[in-house]
Amino acid sequence: MAAVTETLETVDALAAQKYKYGFETNIAMDEFPKGLNENIVKLISAKKNEPEWLLAWRLKAYALWRSMEEPDWARIKHPPIDYENLYYYAAPSGPEPKSLDEVDPELIKMYDKLGIPLNERAALAGVDSPNVAVDAVFDSVSVATTFRETLSKAGVIFCPISEAVREHPDLVKEYLGSVVSIGDNYFSALNSAVFSDGSFVYIPKGVRCPMELSTYFRINARNTGQFERTLIIAAEGASVSYLEGCTAPMRDENQLHAAVVELVALDDAKIKYSTVQNWYPGDAEGKGGIYNFVTKRGNCKGKNSKISWTQVETGSAITWKYPSCILKGDNSVGEFYSVALTHNYQQADTGTKMIHIGKNTTSTIISKGISAGHSNNTYRGLVKILPGASGARNFTQCDSLLIGDQCGAHTVPYIESRNMSAKVEHEATTSKIAEDQLFYCRSRGLSEEDAVGLIVNGFCKDVLKELPMEFAVEAQKLLAVSLEGSVG
Amino acid sequence: MTALPTRKLEAWRYTELKSLAAISFAEPKPAKISAPLPDLGLPRIVFVNGSFNAALSNAPDFVGPFAKVLDDSALPLVQINAANAQDGITIDIPAGIDAGAIMLISYANAAEPIAFHPRHRIVLGTNATLTIIEVALGQGVYWHNPVTDITLQEGATLGHYRLQDESAEAFHLATIRADIAEKAAYESFSLVVGGKLSRAEFHTNLNGPNASTHLNAAQLLRGRQHADFTSVVGHKAPNCASRQTVKSVLFDHARGVFQGRIEVAQIAQKTDGYQMNQALLLSPHAEIDIKPELEIFADDVKCSHGATIGALDPEQIFYLRSRGIPEDQARAMLIRAFLTEALEPVTHEAARTFLEDAIETWWARK
Repeated sequence: MAAVTETLETVDALAAQKYKYGFETNIAMDEFPKGLNENIVKLISAKKNEPEWLLAWRLKAYALWRSMEEPDWARIKHPPIDYENLYYYAAPSGPEPKSLDEVDPELIKMYDKLGIPLNERAALAGVDSPNVAVDAVFDSVSVATTFRETLSKAGVIFCPISEAVREHPDLVKEYLGSVVSIGDNYFSALNSAVFSDGSFVYIPKGVRCPMELSTYFRINARNTGQFERTLIIAAEGASVSYLEGCTAPMRDENQLHAAVVELVALDDAKIKYSTVQNWYPGDAEGKGGIYNFVTKRGNCKGKNSKISWTQVETGSAITWKYPSCILKGDNSVGEFYSVALTHNYQQADTGTKMIHIGKNTTSTIISKGISAGHSNNTYRGLVKILPGASGARNFTQCDSLLIGDQCGAHTVPYIESRNMSAKVEHEATTSKIAEDQLFYCRSRGLSEEDAVGLIVNGFCKDVLKELPMEFAVEAQKLLAVSLEGSVG
Repeated sequence: MTALPTRKLEAWRYTELKSLAAISFAEPKPAKISAPLPDLGLPRIVFVNGSFNAALSNAPDFVGPFAKVLDDSALPLVQINAANAQDGITIDIPAGIDAGAIMLISYANAAEPIAFHPRHRIVLGTNATLTIIEVALGQGVYWHNPVTDITLQEGATLGHYRLQDESAEAFHLATIRADIAEKAAYESFSLVVGGKLSRAEFHTNLNGPNASTHLNAAQLLRGRQHADFTSVVGHKAPNCASRQTVKSVLFDHARGVFQGRIEVAQIAQKTDGYQMNQALLLSPHAEIDIKPELEIFADDVKCSHGATIGALDPEQIFYLRSRGIPEDQARAMLIRAFLTEALEPVTHEAARTFLEDAIETWWARK
């Protein structure tokens, strides 16, 4: 019997190692009753002291959501989501902390454990610490935002969106829902009704944001959905690089994450949005994990503007996510760089939409999908050239890599062109890791697992090099860890 | 009657059949031939307004009459065909026979709108070979909804070359289903120049090891023509190859559609799948919609697809013009060169000449 227990312990330890962010933090929480109805929407709005217009907006979204049906076109399978069995609001109890010193030390400890520096001094003192301002979102609320003073000196607004609603109502009113309308899809309607927090960024005219901005999302409470909302506006000539990271504890039940991210780039503005998505993917049998239904869209509203999405998706039981660009301004540029890795029973259906409206707009799509175990990995994308988009250019490359014969790799691109002067090029390949590459690495003394890790990193190089440095290092490690147990 | 598919169905997202649904079609009546039918000196099977015409045909022995079959297909157009089919041919080539080449002609002459739904069955025994040159043409408003079922047994080879040159007011919605056994090959090429609204939908299954298929096409469209090429290739055995090269040349307000899906089952290791679709947009109002899809459940495969969309390269035109070739001729040369790759599976010499002539005729029509 002892041996059995020991084996079990070893297995547990191994499992924990693979997903090292799977711990839970015990903290006193305020939660609203389970389920969703108008009252919950009103409660969330009241809790945040929101103005009338926002409550009305939420209620409209709620009514719309009730009238909509969950989309079924993606290549994902899951038992029906019981929207009445979720908590729509969970936050650490007690009064809102006014400064970092007032934040519950348990929370600070948790973020330290995750490697997210909430302590400004520590971050400044460390030589290799990144110069990054962090907004930390814990379940439904933002618990801390660092470097706010440094940023405000430059005129940059970086704060929780609930605060922006109070402090900068005109900006929020103008841009909230301007890129992703409330009725855009089922999950955006749900998010619009119940979003609780998220980050708000405004970079004023001509300002180059002095440091990287980052939001760190953490789901902690049980049975809770996280519905954050991020809004980033770069005014004329402004530029910003924004990083997003996500983790959640390991649990047997599936948890829902339905976020909306909206980006607006005015004339000559640049927004770079990088994500390392590492929500809990579920265990080796496909039990548990986050259902990640996210709507991300950027509007290159001004001429010469640029929006660039880079994502490394290794987590979540289900990923349903299509960061897109509306290329409205003449000469605007959209980019999408993606690595999606699925293992065990994970399912990813992800890609992008590039909508070319303005003249001489260009877009680049580089997507790398890696499937292992029993997983399914789908690239789904749309390139649409409207009649007015003269001189538009698109280049798309989607490559899939299969590791093992129990997984699936799928590519579903849509290309629609209505302008003769536009040029569209698309390439897609699917293959397995080449035997000769493996053999070469093995003959130089690498273990099979390390060899696969190396080859996968090479396969993803075109995307990883787009990530900010500190993220790129983390992403490489993450790929290796996520592939553990996929060979041999 | 089964309802026509709508754009709500993913398989029909780019082709709208409302203009077809708005017409009430009468039963076809016998009609006169008012234009010469193509003659390549080959055995010929002629259908007029959807009915076999014995007087115009000189069918070889292996061509049998229409036999009604039960069909539980989920495809709406096949269901409509199954409910309405009244004529068609059955071809049965015994094992080991090289049956040469035949022509299959559908001619329509519609004084009032008519609809016909022929059903053809073609079976090639082990190592048998056959070439079919299929031509659809006509006058007036009509709906031609043919379904062709093809079975190729081990080592059989079928060359299937199609010219769709229907009337400018016609609807042509063809479904071709092919089951391909070990080492058998289905080689097809479709040239689309006619019809107001047309679609050729291929469902091809590679069921035995080393089976192969070409599903190539060229869509040359003008005015407000709409042509859709849709294919689903199922790789269901190891070591099979599928090749698709589809080219569209679009003038005026024409709209071209390509939807191609390669499905690779887990057992189908060493699959080699390739799709290439290219479109030339030659007018500010032309539109192309492309959806190449890979669905792969085996790991040791080589599958790829490529797509390019654009206008003729001005540098290439300049190059030719600087050598004294008039602009119009230069464009014709470049377009012909653009189409060459798609014609590759047409190995039958007379068929190739016939199709190249059809491209020339189309070019001269403008």
